[in-house]
Amino acid sequence: MALQDKDRIFLNLYGQDDWKLAGARRRGIWDNTKDILAKGRDAIVNEIKASDLRGRGGAGFPTGLKWSFMPKASDGRPAYLVVNADESEPGTCKDREIMRFDPHTLVEGCLVAGFAMGCTAAYIYIRGEFPLECKNLQTAIDEAYAAGLIGKNACGSGYDYDVFLHRGAGAYICGEETALIESLEGKKGQPRLKPPFPAACGLYGCPSTVNNVETIAVTPTIMRRGAAWFGALGRPKNTGTKLFCISGHVNKPCNVEEEMGIPLKELIERHAGGVRGGWDNLLAIIPGGASVPLLPKSICDEVLMDFDSLRAVTSGLGTAAVIVMDKSTDLIEAIARLSHFYMHESCGQCTPCREGTGWMYRIMQRFVRGDGKSAEIDMLQDITKQVEGHTICALGDAAAWPIQGLIRHFRPVIEERMSQYALRRAAE
Amino acid sequence: MPKMTIDGIEIEVPAGINVLQACELAGKEIPRFCYHERLSVAGNCRMCLVEQEKAPKPIASCAMPVAEGMVIKTDTPLVRKARNGVMEFLLINHPLDCPICDQGGECDLQDQAMAYGRGFSRYAEEKRAVTDKEFGPLVKTVMTRCIQCTRCIRFATEIAGTETLGGVSRGEHLEITTYVEKTLDSELSGNLIDVCPVGALTSKPYAFTARPWELVKTDSIDVADATGTNIRLDTRGREVLRVLPRLNEDVNEEWMADKGRFNVDGLMRQRLDRPYVRVDGKLKPATWTEALDAIAAKLKGLDGKKIAAIAGDLCDAESMFALKEVMTSLGSGNLDCRQDGAAVDPKVRASYLFNTTIAGIEKADAILLIGTNPRWEAPIVNARIRKRYLKGGLKVAAIGPKYDLTYPVDVLGAGADTLGQFANGSHAFAQVLKDAKAPMLIVGMGALARPDGAAILAQAKAVADACGLIKEGWNGFNVLQTAAGRVAGLELGFVPKQGGRDIAGILDGTRKGEIEFVYLLGADEIDPSHFGKAFVVYQGHHGDRGAHRADVVLPGAAYTEKDGTYMNLEGRAQLAMLAIFPPGEAKEDWAILRALSEKLGKPLGYDTLDQLRTKLYQANKRFQRLNAVEPAFWEDFGHMGSMGAGSTDAKPFASPIANYYMTDPISRASATMAECTEAFVSPKKKTGTHG
Repeated sequence: MALQDKDRIFLNLYGQDDWKLAGARRRGIWDNTKDILAKGRDAIVNEIKASDLRGRGGAGFPTGLKWSFMPKASDGRPAYLVVNADESEPGTCKDREIMRFDPHTLVEGCLVAGFAMGCTAAYIYIRGEFPLECKNLQTAIDEAYAAGLIGKNACGSGYDYDVFLHRGAGAYICGEETALIESLEGKKGQPRLKPPFPAACGLYGCPSTVNNVETIAVTPTIMRRGAAWFGALGRPKNTGTKLFCISGHVNKPCNVEEEMGIPLKELIERHAGGVRGGWDNLLAIIPGGASVPLLPKSICDEVLMDFDSLRAVTSGLGTAAVIVMDKSTDLIEAIARLSHFYMHESCGQCTPCREGTGWMYRIMQRFVRGDGKSAEIDMLQDITKQVEGHTICALGDAAAWPIQGLIRHFRPVIEERMSQYALRRAAE
Repeated sequence: MPKMTIDGIEIEVPAGINVLQACELAGKEIPRFCYHERLSVAGNCRMCLVEQEKAPKPIASCAMPVAEGMVIKTDTPLVRKARNGVMEFLLINHPLDCPICDQGGECDLQDQAMAYGRGFSRYAEEKRAVTDKEFGPLVKTVMTRCIQCTRCIRFATEIAGTETLGGVSRGEHLEITTYVEKTLDSELSGNLIDVCPVGALTSKPYAFTARPWELVKTDSIDVADATGTNIRLDTRGREVLRVLPRLNEDVNEEWMADKGRFNVDGLMRQRLDRPYVRVDGKLKPATWTEALDAIAAKLKGLDGKKIAAIAGDLCDAESMFALKEVMTSLGSGNLDCRQDGAAVDPKVRASYLFNTTIAGIEKADAILLIGTNPRWEAPIVNARIRKRYLKGGLKVAAIGPKYDLTYPVDVLGAGADTLGQFANGSHAFAQVLKDAKAPMLIVGMGALARPDGAAILAQAKAVADACGLIKEGWNGFNVLQTAAGRVAGLELGFVPKQGGRDIAGILDGTRKGEIEFVYLLGADEIDPSHFGKAFVVYQGHHGDRGAHRADVVLPGAAYTEKDGTYMNLEGRAQLAMLAIFPPGEAKEDWAILRALSEKLGKPLGYDTLDQLRTKLYQANKRFQRLNAVEPAFWEDFGHMGSMGAGSTDAKPFASPIANYYMTDPISRASATMAECTEAFVSPKKKTGTHG
C-alpha cells in the first residue's frame, strides 16, 4: 500500500507550488511553531524519541537519542546545531530537492531541533555544487528573519536563534560529520578522532549535533502531527516516511516520498515505471547510495526498504538512493568506478583508507579486463577486510562494501571474465 | 584512578592518560608511527589498534582515553590481523630502499615490519613516487619514503612554532610539504629528523656517512648555548659524526637546537693540533717544551699585577679551576670569565642564574623579556616558553627589538627608559606582573653586556622586588646566559679578586701597557686590537680570533675530547664525557695547565682529573651535585663596586647574537653553519632574480 497524500511531509517535492514563505505557509510550514517551542526542550526530544525517527543521512542512528546526548545545561559554551547539507553520496538527491523546493521545512526544522537541544545557532553546510539550492535556502532564511520566525525572539517565543548558511567546496569527505565541522571551522576537511564526540566537543570546541537535512526537515511535522502518527507509518523501529531517489535503468527515474518498509520491487514498479525491459531484465540494485553493497535480483524480489530489513541481507538503507542496474550493465566496471570514486575522495589521513582505496581500485581495474587469478579475488576480499573497521571514519567501510557485495554475489562473473581473458591471451 | 584489565592484567592507571600509555604501564608494547608523547594525537597511522571488549571494532589506543573497567586485549588474532594489515598498507607504496636509506638500522618502519609485518608482498600494482622537497641545508627529504604520519607537521606547528609544514592534496596523493617552496626557518628543525619514524626526513650533512651500528655512543653536554642540552655523541674512529639529544625532562626534554646538532663538522676544521710560538712576528710550529718554556720565560719575574687571564665561552669547569689556581700562584687577581663584560654580580648567585629553572617556566603566567631574543640565545628555553604559551593564559611582554619568538609578544619599548617605568610601577604591564601568580622576567645579555649593564641589572632587580617576582617557593628573576662555560666560571670564582681587574680593566690595562701578559683560555670573542703590546697566550682548540693574535698557542681539547663539567644557565652541573681524543698533539686543557704550572715552578696539587675534581668539589660542592639545581638565595645585589650601578643609557637593547648559526669557534669553522647562514640569515637581501 502506497503512502497516502495526507501522510506526506514534503508537499512541494516537485516544485509545483511556490517554494517561498507564502507558499510554505500555505502548506502548513511555520504553522504555530511558537506552540511547538512552548512545549519545552524535553518534550520535543521525548516526542522525537517516541516517534522512533532514525537519522536520514545513512547510518540510521535514532535521532531523539542523539539529541539527548547534548548537555542539558550550558557550561558557558554555546551549543550548535550543524546541518549536513553536503549531499554527495552518488545516486542521492533528496536533500537537494528539499532545499530547492521546500527550503522552509529545513529552516523551521533548524529552529525546532536547535531549540530542543539548547542551541544558539544552526550552521547549514551546503554542498558547493548546489548554487541554486544555496540561493533558495538563503532566500528562505532571509524571509524567515524578515518575518521574525528566526533571529531575535524567534516566532515570538522569546528564544533567540540564528541560522547561518555555509558553502562547501566539493569534497565528499566533508559530508562526514567531523570532517564537516573541520571544514566549517576553515580547516582542511579531515575527520576527527572520536571520542570526543561532537556532542561534547564539536564545532569551535562547543557541544554540537550534526544532522542530515531530511532528518531536520521532518521534525516540525512530527511535532505537529505527533509521534504516534509518524510511528504508525512503516515498521517498528523503522518508522515514518522517507525520500527515495531512484536512478539507473528504470523507465522513469524519480525522487519520491514513500513509507518506510515499502518492498523494493513495489517502489520501483509503482514510482519509477519499472525496470527497463521489465523486472526480469534486472541484474542488481544498490539500495542505499554508492557505499552499500549491491543486491542481486533474487534478493530484490522480496526485500523491504528499511534499515533493518536491508541490514539483514548484508546491505543497508544508507541514503535510500536506489541505483538500478539491468542486464546490460558491466557490474565489475560499475563497482570499479565506485572504487575510483572512493580513491579520489579519500582524505588521505589514515593509512588503511589512503593506501587501501588505491590498491583496491587498481585491482578492480585489472578485474574489469579479467586480468587476474581467482586467488586474487580472495586477496581483494582480504584487503577490503583490512580496510573495513580500521579507519578513523566510515569512508574506509564505504570503499570496502561495494566490492564485498560484488564478490559475495557475483564472484562467478569475475571468474568468468578472468578465464575469457586467459583464453584470449593464450590465443594471442 | 581508573582500574582496567589489559591482557588479563588488572592495573590501576592515572586518569587522563590514553590506552596506549596504559598498555605500556602494564608492560605491553604497542607499535605506533604517528603517536608521539610530546605531540598532539593524530591517530592516523592505525598501527596501535587494540581490541576493546564490547567495542564493535578495534580502537586506536593512542586516541582513546582510559575509562573505569575497560578491558583491553593487545594480542588477539583480531589485533594481529589489524597490525599486519596496516603494516602491509604502509609498505605497498614505500620504496623499500633500506640498503641506501640513512634511517636503515634505526627505522621504526623497518623494525616494526620485522615484528608485525608479513615476510612478503602481495602488491603487484605500480608504486607511488613523490617529489622531494627542499627543506634547506639541514634536513634532507626523500618523500617517497614518507608514511604521512604527520609527526613533522605537528612538531613544526606545535613545538617549533613555525607553521611552514602541512599536507596538501588528499588520498594517496597526500604530500607533506612547505606549501610554497620555502626552507624550514626554525632553530629546532633538526628535531624533525628525530621525530620522523622513517627515512623521509634525514640529516643532510650526515647523509650516507655511517650506519648506526658502526657508531660509538658517548653521553655529553651541548656547549653551543648555555642551556646545557643533554646530548649523545655518535663517533666513529676519530670523528664525531653526529649529535643527538638525550632525554632530560628538566632541561631539554628530548629536543635540541640546530647549532649544537649540526656544528660538529666544525670540530674537524681549523683545529689547533700542535703548539705554536711567535718568532719574528710569525707563528712557528713548536714543541710543547718550547711553547711552555716561552711562557715561563715571559712570566719570569713578572709582577702578578701585570698578568691577566680571560676564560672563554666553551670552557669546562675543571680547566677554569686549574687556570684560576695558576693565576693565584702567580699572584694575579686579574681574571674574568665574562668576555662580553656582562654585568652580573659573581657574589650573588641569584644575579646570574636562571632562577625559575627551565622546567619552572611551565608554571609561569606572565613573562617580561628584557633585551633578549631567546629564540636565538637559547632555542630550547624559547620552546619551553612556547609550550607554556600553548597551555593558555600566559602573557609575554618584551623590552627590546621585536622578534618573532613563535608566541605573541607585546613589545613595550626599546630600552632602559621603559624598564625604568617598571621599577617605579608606573607601567601598565607592571600591574600584570603584580597580579600574576607566577610572574617572571628574563634579562638577556643584550641588556647586561653593555657599559650601563650594571645599572640595568640594578633596575631589573628593582623590578623583581617591586612587581612581586620573588615569592615563597618562586623566584621569577632570570638571567639568560648565552655562554656554556659562564655559570661555572662565576660559580668557581673565575672573576677579579679583591683589587683585581675585570674584563674592562684588563683590556684597559693591555691598551695602556699596564698588563703585559694575557692568558686566553679559549677566549675568542674579544677584539684583538685591545691587547696592545701584551704577550698573549692562547689555549684552545680552534684557530680563531684568539689564536691569530697569540704569541704562544697551546692546542687544547674541544668539548667532545675531554671529560668536563659544565654548569648550565640554571646552575645545573652536568658531566660531558670524552668521546674522541684531541687531534695531533693537542691535550686536555687541565693537563696543559698542570704542565705549565710545573714549568713555572709552582706545580698544581693534583696529577689526575679525579684529584682536580676533589679540589674543585672542596671549593664548591655544587659541582659535585650532578644534574641538581640548588636554589639561589635572594640577596642584595645591583650596586656593585668596580662597575658601579651608575645611570642607564637610552640606547635601545639589541641581542648580542647577530647570526644564530655562528657564535663560537666551532660553529664559525663549520661548513654546515656557513650554509645555514647563507640560507636563513643572509637571503633576506636576495632578490627574485638572484642566482
